[in-house]
Amino acid sequence: MNQRAQAATVAERAPLGAGATTVDSGLPQVDVQKKLFTVRYKADKESHLAIRDPQICLACKDKPCLYFCPAEVYKWEEERITIAFEGCLECGTCRIGCPSHNISWRYPRGTNGVQYKFG
Amino acid sequence: MAEKFDAIVVGAGPAGITAAYTLAEAGAQVVLIERGEQPGTKNTMGGVLYRKMMDDIIPGFWEQAPLERHVIDQQWWLLSEEAAFSIGHRNLGHDQPPYNAFTVLRAKFDKWYAQQAVKKGALLITETVVTELLKDKQGRVIGIRTDRPEGDLLADVVVVSEGANSLVLEASGLKPMPRSETMAVAVKEVIALPREVIENRFHVSGNQGVVIEAFGNATLGMTGNGFVYTNKDSLSVGVGAMISDFVRRRIHPHQLLEHFKQHPAIAPLVAGGEVKEYLAHMIPEGGYETMPPLYGDGFLVCGDAAGMVIAVHREGSNLAMTSGRLAAQTIVEAKRDRDFSAHSLSRYWEKLNQSYVLQDLRQYRRTTPTIERNPQILGIYPSLLNEVMGQFLTVDGVPKREKEKRLLRLVTRRRPVTGLIKDAWRMGRAML
Repeated sequence: MNQRAQAATVAERAPLGAGATTVDSGLPQVDVQKKLFTVRYKADKESHLAIRDPQICLACKDKPCLYFCPAEVYKWEEERITIAFEGCLECGTCRIGCPSHNISWRYPRGTNGVQYKFG
Repeated sequence: MAEKFDAIVVGAGPAGITAAYTLAEAGAQVVLIERGEQPGTKNTMGGVLYRKMMDDIIPGFWEQAPLERHVIDQQWWLLSEEAAFSIGHRNLGHDQPPYNAFTVLRAKFDKWYAQQAVKKGALLITETVVTELLKDKQGRVIGIRTDRPEGDLLADVVVVSEGANSLVLEASGLKPMPRSETMAVAVKEVIALPREVIENRFHVSGNQGVVIEAFGNATLGMTGNGFVYTNKDSLSVGVGAMISDFVRRRIHPHQLLEHFKQHPAIAPLVAGGEVKEYLAHMIPEGGYETMPPLYGDGFLVCGDAAGMVIAVHREGSNLAMTSGRLAAQTIVEAKRDRDFSAHSLSRYWEKLNQSYVLQDLRQYRRTTPTIERNPQILGIYPSLLNEVMGQFLTVDGVPKREKEKRLLRLVTRRRPVTGLIKDAWRMGRAML
């Protein structure tokens, strides 16, 4: 079986929910924190991201926010989604990708948040 | 009483800066609102800027703008797990003014470009988030609300060029929240390498540049692609696919990027480089069918906010610039007539219609949906093509006639002839 087919099969079989933050899909494991260290931020004091209704996350089977966020802002810890908003790259993917539109999203106030040096 | 301008432009990207520049040049009082510390600090794209549309605004801009390299070589690589089938076009006609395209880093370019608009007389306000459009009792747009205390601003016209994440349009009821099948997310790294290493690896000298688009295994068959663009002393390396694909496949975008960087055809290009920055951005790829209204009483919509992207041709910033310029021209005419109604501003639509912008968006309206509905197009063909090429080019003593028969069987096992014909027809219909 080639790597692609294998990756697809493993991804389909991967366990859902509790604690699973990374699916072993045969892809390289990446420490996103190392990538985020290259990014300059001006940290806002309060989060610009919020879960509207935690009950919806509890009932959400797939929790795709644990995967599609390029900064791994969302983690599933102790039966709830935690939000590491300080690492947010402000792309907006979670706003569109959450199947229940359960993420309340605004830009960080003023000039806070990501400050790209290269762009 | 809030101040009143001729025009307010929301967002200092290619569309917004162009609109502000063109308006200021025509003598209009225009304010350009940007949430970043500087224009560019919140902006990113893959990195290809086309010369023509920028040249329409600032002739000969390449002599002063902070650009990386001018593109002389464009390549398309179809990747399987361990092979690449590539086609390319190297054109030394593109090695001299006026050039065809440049690679850019947006933090530098947008900052410079916005300065040019300021020099023309535009008022630039940074560090300010626009939260919604202000409307009068008749529903006409009359200004904007910002996140600053007493932060309302009034204008005859508001140009909404807020980018892919169109929160203002949505908050104002002008656009529904986009579906995840119509929005891509792309991640990119700027990877530093010495100039001479780039010159050696990409066979260029001076400021010549190469751009590579990679398909198939680059995204594990998801609707999207990977890319490698040469900058002066760095590479822009990235990968993007539809958000719905990431939802379905449960892959991290950054994991896909590492996978792409480790591909045997890509790894030697990036080897030894130092990651200087990691970036992420959405791309509106829904095309013509998902565009919001482009004008109304007191407002115009430009660039990514309007869905002006032709993904299959890697075009976006050029459409943004042209739309910004045409929006500004429309406002200048409206100002002359003292009429900022939807009827008056509908000239913007006419101008876009006469230009390549809407003509191209209409031509490619089916491309992204077709590729999405037919995952075999990016899922099967790149690897199949590499398999066929690999066997065909392996000299192993099998007579060519026999080899041709085997290859035909190989192809039709993976995709029956009827499927091949259908796919060809579908893609032809989606592109032509």
